[in-house]
Amino acid sequence: MNRYPAWKYVVIVVALLLGALYTLPNFFPDVPAVQVSSTKAKIDTATLGTIEEALKAANVAFRGAALDATGIKVRFNDPDTQLKARDVLQTKLGDNYIVALNLLSSSPQWLAAIGALPMYLGLDLRGGVHFLLQVDMKAALDKAADRYTADLRSLLRKEKIQYGGISREGGNVVMRFRDDAERNKARAVIMQNFPDLAFREADGTGDLRLIATLKPEAQKRIQDGAVAQNIQILRNRVNELGVAEPIIQQQGAERVVVQLPGVQDTARAKDILGRTATLEIRMVNDDPGVLEAALAGHVPIGSDLFTERGGQPLVVRRQVVLTGDRINDAQPGFDQRTNEPAVHINLDGAGANIFKEVTRENVGKRMAIVLVEKGKAEVITAPVIREEIGGGRVQISGRMTTREANDTALLMRAGALAAPMEIVEERTVGPSLGAENITKGFDSVMYGFIVLAIFMCVYYQLMGVISTFALSVNLMLLVALLSMLQATLTLPGIAAIALTLGMAIDANVLINERIREELRWGATPHAALTAGYEHAWRTIVDSNVTTLIAGLALLIFGSGPVRGFAVVHCLGILTSLFSAVFVSRGVVAMIYGGRKKLERISIGQVWKPGVAAAAPTKA
Amino acid sequence: MEFFRIKRDIPFMRHALLFNVISVVTFVLAVIFLATRGLNFGVDFRGGTVIEVQYAHAVDFNRVRTAIDKLQLGEFSVQAFGRSDTALIRLPLKEGVSSAQLSERVMGALKADDPSVTQQRVEFVGPQVGKELYENGALALLLVCFGIVAYLALRFEWRFAVATIAANLHDVVIILGFFALFQWEFSLPVLAAVLAVLGYSVNESVVIADRIRENFRKMRKASVTTVINNGITSTISRTIITHGSTLLMVMSIYFFGGETLHHFALALAIGICFGIYSSALVMAALVMWMGVSREDLVKPERRTSSADKILP
Repeated sequence: MNRYPAWKYVVIVVALLLGALYTLPNFFPDVPAVQVSSTKAKIDTATLGTIEEALKAANVAFRGAALDATGIKVRFNDPDTQLKARDVLQTKLGDNYIVALNLLSSSPQWLAAIGALPMYLGLDLRGGVHFLLQVDMKAALDKAADRYTADLRSLLRKEKIQYGGISREGGNVVMRFRDDAERNKARAVIMQNFPDLAFREADGTGDLRLIATLKPEAQKRIQDGAVAQNIQILRNRVNELGVAEPIIQQQGAERVVVQLPGVQDTARAKDILGRTATLEIRMVNDDPGVLEAALAGHVPIGSDLFTERGGQPLVVRRQVVLTGDRINDAQPGFDQRTNEPAVHINLDGAGANIFKEVTRENVGKRMAIVLVEKGKAEVITAPVIREEIGGGRVQISGRMTTREANDTALLMRAGALAAPMEIVEERTVGPSLGAENITKGFDSVMYGFIVLAIFMCVYYQLMGVISTFALSVNLMLLVALLSMLQATLTLPGIAAIALTLGMAIDANVLINERIREELRWGATPHAALTAGYEHAWRTIVDSNVTTLIAGLALLIFGSGPVRGFAVVHCLGILTSLFSAVFVSRGVVAMIYGGRKKLERISIGQVWKPGVAAAAPTKA
Repeated sequence: MEFFRIKRDIPFMRHALLFNVISVVTFVLAVIFLATRGLNFGVDFRGGTVIEVQYAHAVDFNRVRTAIDKLQLGEFSVQAFGRSDTALIRLPLKEGVSSAQLSERVMGALKADDPSVTQQRVEFVGPQVGKELYENGALALLLVCFGIVAYLALRFEWRFAVATIAANLHDVVIILGFFALFQWEFSLPVLAAVLAVLGYSVNESVVIADRIRENFRKMRKASVTTVINNGITSTISRTIITHGSTLLMVMSIYFFGGETLHHFALALAIGICFGIYSSALVMAALVMWMGVSREDLVKPERRTSSADKILP
């Protein structure tokens, strides 16, 4: 009676061993580390060698350097050496490498090799920045329509089709024609070249119109593309920041989540990320008298009045020559002839062709590099085109300080967004608050657990000790599972651990009370144990299913910290089912199962009422 | 040691009317508070900015207020947050000012006033996101209710399902009533707590319902009232011990978990206390009034189950 088959013990032992193994990494403290990664250069064992040599040469002591999929990680004994090492490595490796500060677990290599990592802490525990950015889709479509307007204009010119005018109205391109024949010709040509456009005809007073609209699937493609491009650009910007483990992900159709764990200088992060800028290269309207007229309030049609950095007013044509997405790279440097600070720009193939054409036609004129930030445009610089520029290598120089050259290059390199973005949610937690949250969360679990354990042991004696053991197993398995899945642990998540333990004891109490009750009505100890576990099992499953429903609903609809709560809550229910029933039963069977004549169970005093009270239940 | 030495079944159902009157009164009060005072929605649902700042010394709230007032950001509030050196600043949504600029301007103003201030935490939620979080919260609540009713109807009987969800939703309303009465901030973690409590209290009702069903099988001749009374009496020790244990953990979160989890723990604590009451006393009474009978629960084909073998 109450013996347990051997295979069940095997399952329990394996679960405990695995649990212990995967819990283990959480006990190793974090050590300061420097993480080297790069999106531009290759990182291999040669780089590792360079790093080790550089550190040795600079007399910086390190605890070991390792190469993995994300880059090279070097661990140090204290934060001072870490800072020193970062400076040494950044100087040695140059701008093509990102050298970021990080905290890494000091757990041994073999644990990491089998995938046993410490729990993944959320931003509210490790400190950092969380942004939810919304991509302005209307702007993306408007921009696409702008591009089509320009493309259609050159197409109609090339095909020598007579048109009265072409302009963007909202997300549509409106073309005006004098006669139907030309309109039909235009439509045929455009349909051939731009299959993404749908057409509608409208006849206004005195002219015939052809309205081109983007087909829905093309709109969707543009929107998806805009999000994808923005994510890429955000990656580049985050790389400029040197963050160790950034997360940049699409969320829903038009949102992007950016998480920068451990960022100390949150203001700078916001500054660089929040720079919701798009970059455009346009021609300056230098026609005589235009500037004066514009200043007087008569800005010519198709032009804008802007102010250059430094305060000079400037009339710029609305037509966009190039957008920032054509820029491959931009670096600060010096003009080889004049030794003035300059920015060297590298354009992609299409950009280079357009640029060549534009510069050939406009030698001696000025072009403006316009930064559009949340609807406000600013001219970064407006250089004069000295000669035709081919090959896509462009140099901007003149009237720039070294710092300005640096800033301009950074802005251009980080790229222009396909569409502006707005921060719709932000959660920033300072590193000290994060550490404080860990302590508080840990304390609440620990103290709660201790009091609960004392109560259980006193109230249920040996059965209480078994319950406490099952509860510790539950805690260990939960931590192991969280570590294994690398689920994000948040402060509400820690609260959920505490809560889960409080709720998990329910199963144990249910079993113990049931056993007492069976004993009370005169069952033999063995029968009481069997009946107690059997009856309790069904109730436990029933009650846990409802709790699981609540947990799953939170998992589906929750976001951020609440999702962290839900994950732990759901996992906790599963581990508590296992530990309360399977493990505790196994221990009971081990202790009592072997004894043929079991006189009593150590479950605390079982109070027996008089015979009269026993009657109703036995009726 | 044994806390509960109950000699005979407590006639809970004799006072069913009283319990339900108490329930209805608390419920109505909660609804009145919700209607008149409303919930004090946190930044998660309402949108806006929250900044937690820490000083090297105790916070001088008037100075903080004056410093922020100069920025003219609309109606803001500055409150103590857990410790004397920490303050929580709440700012409303403002058109055309991004969150990044907002928190930096506030920090700039505070730094100029007192350089010892450090920014601990910033939370900004835009109006659209706030609305979505609100909708998702409501959806989650609906899904939980629906899921639980469906499960209970499947597992037990519709009367138990309806009674359970009614009893436990009334807990939820009472928690919300407390939050309305004291104007505690209702944030995302509080919502999570409310939903967790819902699942947890239902669990309680399930245990009692389970026992009632078992009793219907065992106690062949007893009246429905006796069966229910016995069901509640024989589970009451378990109910109180488990709820006590859970409450203990929740109190541990309340006292050690820090200010961020205060309202979360409070919601749980209220929910657990009322959960005992509602699942033991309200649910069973509702089931009784809805006219549950032995035939509803003990189906003929179940006669061969283990429960029957114990007592022929």
